[in-house]
Amino acid sequence: MADDALLEVRGLVRHFTLSGRLFEKPRQLTAVNDVSFTIRRGQAFGLVGESGSGKSTIGRIIARLTEPSAGSVSFDGVDWLALRGKALRDKRRDIQMVFQSPYASLDPRWRVRDILAEPLKSYTDLKGTGLATRAAELMQQVGLNPDWLDRFPHQFSGGQRQRIAIARALASGPKLLIADEPVSALDVSSQAQVLQLLRNICTEQGLAMLFISHDLSVVDHLCQRVGVLNRGVLEEVGPTSEIFRSPKSDYTRRLIDAVPGKKRRAAERVVHA
Amino acid sequence: MTEAVIVPAATKASGERRFLGALGRSAKGLTGLFLIAIVVLCAIFATGLAPHDHAQQVIEWRYAPVVWQDGGSTTNLLGGDNMGRDILSRTIMGAQVSIQVALIVVSIALVVGSTLGALAGYFGGFVDTIIMRIVDFQLAFPFLLLALIFMAVLGAGFATLVMALAFALWINFARIVRSETMRIRTLDYVDAAITMGVSQMRIIFTHVLPNVLPAVLVVATLDIALVIISEAALSFLGLGVQPPTASWGVMISEGRDFLYEQPWIVIAPGIAVLISSVGINLFGDFLRDYFDPRLERM
Repeated sequence: MADDALLEVRGLVRHFTLSGRLFEKPRQLTAVNDVSFTIRRGQAFGLVGESGSGKSTIGRIIARLTEPSAGSVSFDGVDWLALRGKALRDKRRDIQMVFQSPYASLDPRWRVRDILAEPLKSYTDLKGTGLATRAAELMQQVGLNPDWLDRFPHQFSGGQRQRIAIARALASGPKLLIADEPVSALDVSSQAQVLQLLRNICTEQGLAMLFISHDLSVVDHLCQRVGVLNRGVLEEVGPTSEIFRSPKSDYTRRLIDAVPGKKRRAAERVVHA
Repeated sequence: MTEAVIVPAATKASGERRFLGALGRSAKGLTGLFLIAIVVLCAIFATGLAPHDHAQQVIEWRYAPVVWQDGGSTTNLLGGDNMGRDILSRTIMGAQVSIQVALIVVSIALVVGSTLGALAGYFGGFVDTIIMRIVDFQLAFPFLLLALIFMAVLGAGFATLVMALAFALWINFARIVRSETMRIRTLDYVDAAITMGVSQMRIIFTHVLPNVLPAVLVVATLDIALVIISEAALSFLGLGVQPPTASWGVMISEGRDFLYEQPWIVIAPGIAVLISSVGINLFGDFLRDYFDPRLERM
């Protein structure tokens, strides 16, 4: 079991220094405190917690957008945090990210064609028509019309934009996809579709996913394993069904009780009893 | 499927069409463009448009009145100056000097200022501190004083005039580009580009600078007007373009001693400065309205 581990996070710590006001000592905030977990190949791992619990910071550390204060990350047998410069840029193709807001993650001045070509230019030798054909394939893969390649992001709905962002993340053929609250900026009707798309793509391509969310029901639906994060500390890790059916920590229990649907159902059970 | 893809950017022109549409509906923009066009056309076709050689001195033309006054003639539509030169020809030639100086100065200031501003805003830290302290230092001096000091040290002339004005202006670009870059740097599409292995310099040139461009364009147009006025001011003070080159500033400077004999030596270049700066400011205002992110057009 250990040898099919794709990503191993050990003892991850991240401090932020809050610059104090005049004559005040700068305070230190520990956003991530000694977090360890493992993601296996082709597995979807959910990271849940309230806002401010440090889940996005973990995602950004693994995507190498921020450096941790301590800890180690091993990815695909490589010391991921030791990579620098050209070697890092080249390896980044294996871990791609879908950001929370597709309104901010797509450059408004770029056509979809160029947005999809950006990773392709970094990681493939495709040019001209080859580039266009690959971009069209990616569009189809995420259920968008390839005729729309010449449009700008503002000509799409939120759900469609997030599909473009997913297509872009798939372009380099990654092994791990980090999805940081990928549907929380979307309206309810497109949320389910985008989640379904993510699920299908991961199963079809055997892609591992780190799914960051505050929404327990979504994680329940999507992920095989889950980690519950509370103020930077990982409260518990385990198979999703186990954790959600019989939570060990108080925090997890409170989090589950906070899901509106569950509460109502629980209330109904009481009424019917 | 592929056939639709190979079609070259079909909506390529839509951006320009939208811009022209907005321009057509804006009285401000059209007026500005019209006034700019007059000045620019005068500058380009100066030698063809000017009825006489701007340096030609004819003794009979001395203090010749303008055409609608008693004794005026169609030979000198705006009369002659104290040295018997045709005022209209000199004013038209002056447009050439002004536009030349303005374009060169603003181009230099734009390239230098934007690059330094982008570096400061993108990398922050030490680079930012160094560049912005220079900017702060320069901000302590009034724009014209700075140019004056520069000219006084290096001596008057066309090249030093351009250098002095560019030196005084680059901070405008550096400041706006820096703040815009700091804003854009934190956006997710820059992070996304990082995770896609795009190099820092490439990110600056493909994501940051194109998104800063609208703000830079507005500053550039407004600065062109500033340069035209400053060139006139420095030339008026004798530190800019040297006579006998016909610059508007030189003309005003020369003509102020002869206001009673022939006020048009001063009035004609004065109107020219007015037309160009009003035109450019109107057009710059239009650009600012057009690029205003709050008026998001779909």
